[in-house]
Amino acid sequence: MIEQFIERASSYAGDIDFLFDLITYMVGFWFIVAEGALFYFLFRFRRQPGQPTTYVDGTDKKHKRWINVPHFLIIACDVVLIIGAGNVWYKIKQDLPTQDATIGIVSQQWAWTFVHPGNDGELHTDDDIRLVDELHLEVGKTYHYELTSKDTLHSFSVPVFRLKQDAVPGRRIKGWFKPEKEGVYDIQCAEMCGIGHGVMGATLIIHSSKEFDEWLAQAGTPGKNAKVLAAANEKNPRPKD
Amino acid sequence: MSDTFQPPIATSRTTAGLPTSRLGTWWVVASEIVIFGGLIVAFIMYRMRHGEVWAEQAEHTKLYAGALNTFVLLTSSYFAVCAHKAAEAGDGKKAAKLLVRTILLGGVFLCVKAYEYTSEILAGYGPLADLFWSFYYTATGLHGFHVLVGMIILGFVAKDAAKGKNLHRVECIGIYWHFVDIVWIFLFPLFYIASGL
Amino acid sequence: MTEATIDPTSPKAPTIGSRIRICLFSTDHKVIAFQYLITGLLMAIIGGYMAYVFRMQLAFPGEDVPGFGWVSPGHYNALVTNHGTIMIFWVAMPVLVAAAGNFLIPLMIGCDDMVFPRLNRLSFQIFFLSALVLIASLHVSGGGFGGAWTAYPPLSSDPDFNLTPLGASLWLIAVALEFVAFLIGGINFVTTTMNARAPGMSLMRIPIVVWMIVIASILFMVSVGPLIAGAVMLLSDQLAGTAFYDPHNGGDPLLWQHLFWFFGHPEVYVVLLPAMGIVADIIPVFARKKFFGYKAALYVTIATGVLSFFVWAHHQFVAGIDPRMAHLFTATTLLISIPIAELCFLYIATLFGGSIEFRTPMLWAIAFLVEFLLGGVTGIYLGASATDINFHDTYFVVAHFHYTFFPIAIIGLFAGIYHWFPKAVGRHLNETWGKIHFWGTIVSFNFVFIPMFFLGLGGQHRRIFDYRHFPDLAGEGFQDMRVIATIATCVLIAFQIPFVINFFHSIWKGKKAEQNPWKATTLEWSAASPPPHGNWKTLPTVYRGPYEYGSPDSEEDYLPQHIEPNT
Repeated sequence: MIEQFIERASSYAGDIDFLFDLITYMVGFWFIVAEGALFYFLFRFRRQPGQPTTYVDGTDKKHKRWINVPHFLIIACDVVLIIGAGNVWYKIKQDLPTQDATIGIVSQQWAWTFVHPGNDGELHTDDDIRLVDELHLEVGKTYHYELTSKDTLHSFSVPVFRLKQDAVPGRRIKGWFKPEKEGVYDIQCAEMCGIGHGVMGATLIIHSSKEFDEWLAQAGTPGKNAKVLAAANEKNPRPKD
Repeated sequence: MSDTFQPPIATSRTTAGLPTSRLGTWWVVASEIVIFGGLIVAFIMYRMRHGEVWAEQAEHTKLYAGALNTFVLLTSSYFAVCAHKAAEAGDGKKAAKLLVRTILLGGVFLCVKAYEYTSEILAGYGPLADLFWSFYYTATGLHGFHVLVGMIILGFVAKDAAKGKNLHRVECIGIYWHFVDIVWIFLFPLFYIASGL
Repeated sequence: MTEATIDPTSPKAPTIGSRIRICLFSTDHKVIAFQYLITGLLMAIIGGYMAYVFRMQLAFPGEDVPGFGWVSPGHYNALVTNHGTIMIFWVAMPVLVAAAGNFLIPLMIGCDDMVFPRLNRLSFQIFFLSALVLIASLHVSGGGFGGAWTAYPPLSSDPDFNLTPLGASLWLIAVALEFVAFLIGGINFVTTTMNARAPGMSLMRIPIVVWMIVIASILFMVSVGPLIAGAVMLLSDQLAGTAFYDPHNGGDPLLWQHLFWFFGHPEVYVVLLPAMGIVADIIPVFARKKFFGYKAALYVTIATGVLSFFVWAHHQFVAGIDPRMAHLFTATTLLISIPIAELCFLYIATLFGGSIEFRTPMLWAIAFLVEFLLGGVTGIYLGASATDINFHDTYFVVAHFHYTFFPIAIIGLFAGIYHWFPKAVGRHLNETWGKIHFWGTIVSFNFVFIPMFFLGLGGQHRRIFDYRHFPDLAGEGFQDMRVIATIATCVLIAFQIPFVINFFHSIWKGKKAEQNPWKATTLEWSAASPPPHGNWKTLPTVYRGPYEYGSPDSEEDYLPQHIEPNT
């Protein structure tokens, strides 16, 4: 259902959408049952002449059954959901598949700095490409990210990936994503971070392989951009571990 | 306001079988326990994370002063118990006298604490010196505040007790005083003794 | 003192001086309840005004809001922060826990006042002071605190980050004072219910609403302590420059989150339970039915209370906690759905076989169930760790908790007001205007928050003053939904005007209410309307459970608790 409101662009977006649908069916069933019973009773037992009230206190086995059976059915639903949620959670937040590259993400009031490893594929080397509020990725590649914050809490949120992770100052938080659809999307900061929280967005650009190589050649070649990059490197030094 | 105040009948009922004042005191103690509990748990979590650094800092607390204070507080609690006993027997004068001793020992406790604070700050271990010291001053300061408040209430209770009024309050303030005592029993090992861990 | 020495009727006519004295110093539980109610409603007007301003800003970004002016990002943050703070701590808490508790507990358990009447007064005075401090915090230099009602450090602890040094500290002091006020009040509620019950009022004869307020008070007492300690640390970080939450000097910002949510989640139940209790006491009256499964309701409430202490980290799934913890907290969170669902089933089952009359209190009570069910089931998406990765801090969360808090704080409140107004004031509220108020409120409420579910599905994140900065969210479809929600907000607020007029008109000019207008069974209806100081001339004795409707032992269809059985 979510995909009708926002695109899927990561390998695990479908898992979350599936889990969402599963929960929708389950809670939808209970919601309809409960509201249905409620409105039926309201109609059936409305005050009308010749229909006196009854004296039922809910201690008879016969009556208790109407509470006990749904009770156990809900437990069964809960177990299914706990297992389902656990599996998807494990895949997204605990499991780390082998990466093609690692991206450094530095958050601060109120900008994102994305550190791309550059040609050598290694983070924290001299050819790192630092870009503010712009993240370039290659479709179909698995990326790890290292998320840090320089000041307050921030939250790296990419709705099309169905991914969200808070950045905590003093911690280096690792995770992964694998973009699967080309396009230009929003990156948000989803944790209140001060007066500029409302403008702390960034752009995610997912390239095809060919486009990505062109971008990398242009952005990663020392020369035209060298001075700018050096300045940027100085301004945003590598966060200490 | 208080001259026209007439206690409602509700105050004289004891449906649960306990005097209302004692019941209320226990609930106060319960809510205080979770306040200190939160602080102590937070301290222990940080302590485990900063083991060695904090152990070194804890070396600079004055173990002898803490030990003396423990003794002082325990003795003051003993007098509070004696006062309760005297109040039970209906001897308000004796209870008041014993409560005054409790207050005086509370004062001794605060004086020793003041000496500690002074010498620690002079030695460079102020509240901002290290997170350990922030915790130290917050926890012992909050506790000291409770001692001070306890002394003031003890004063009022003793004044009443000397006239033979409101003797049931001797027990209530005693419960509170024991609680303050027990908090110290937790703080003392955490901040003073556990330096070697 | 014997139980008959107080003559509650005062022969003297009230003078202005005595009226002021009553306002400032009365220890009567009903006066204090009324003061809590009025303070809460006044704060609700402030909170509602804030909602109006930021909804207008979202629907028409950048344009001047009538009645406020241009909304800067700083204003916007302060508005959403204080809207949340006010609505929970200065509206839901005082009206549901304090006003309902103060008014109902002594009347329902059959005594003349609280056991600590002067503490009760002190509790209100501290609460009132806290409200003043909060309002002051909005007007200091630098502006009001804008770090969200959760006040996560380091944003809240460091003035360099939040830019509101005074506002942040005053905000925190106000919240801490409010906690102290409710700690004192809660001790009073619990002790009164334990110790001052009328003869014959055994534990299993206490009306459910009293049970729920008491359980809520205990939950509050147990959960708020660590947060008070945390608030002391946060305050000293703000004012003294300590580093409890500063990661660069050995502190940890996540500590606050744990302390806050260890309180914050039980807090949801602290306000939910009194509202559920009010509904539980209204439904049997208008369905003329004994409550279905009184003991079961009590036990699942206690189970909910206990479980609520083990779910807090579901607010922090993506906050950087150990990801393995998420499984544990998903399990506990989904488990807590069981007792709450069971409670709702019991309410619905109570209707079975009844003779339901749709008076205004009953309409509100039913609306509570209808709307709260939607709030409850949408919580499952957020309690399941994996879907929460997507929904955390989106409008889906906003819609979800408004679907729980609005039924709790507003619908539950109105149910209570319409039900007990005749008792408290001695006059009826106008039924027709009550129904206009009801339908206007309920319909517009759904138009405010249903669009927010869809905005949340579209990935719209919270606390953003202008979505034009986010191309994916700036589309026309989304903007239309924001406009719908805003218009509905204005309609919702406009529909409160009939209530205010009805309320004040009925206090002086309403139809006189007899002693027991709803033919209810609980003890408060055996006192005069309005109950005098001291409530009864002779305090009542209790002979049976609270909900004896349609009992075969009586000729009428109800048997009040205080009527002596004729054996």
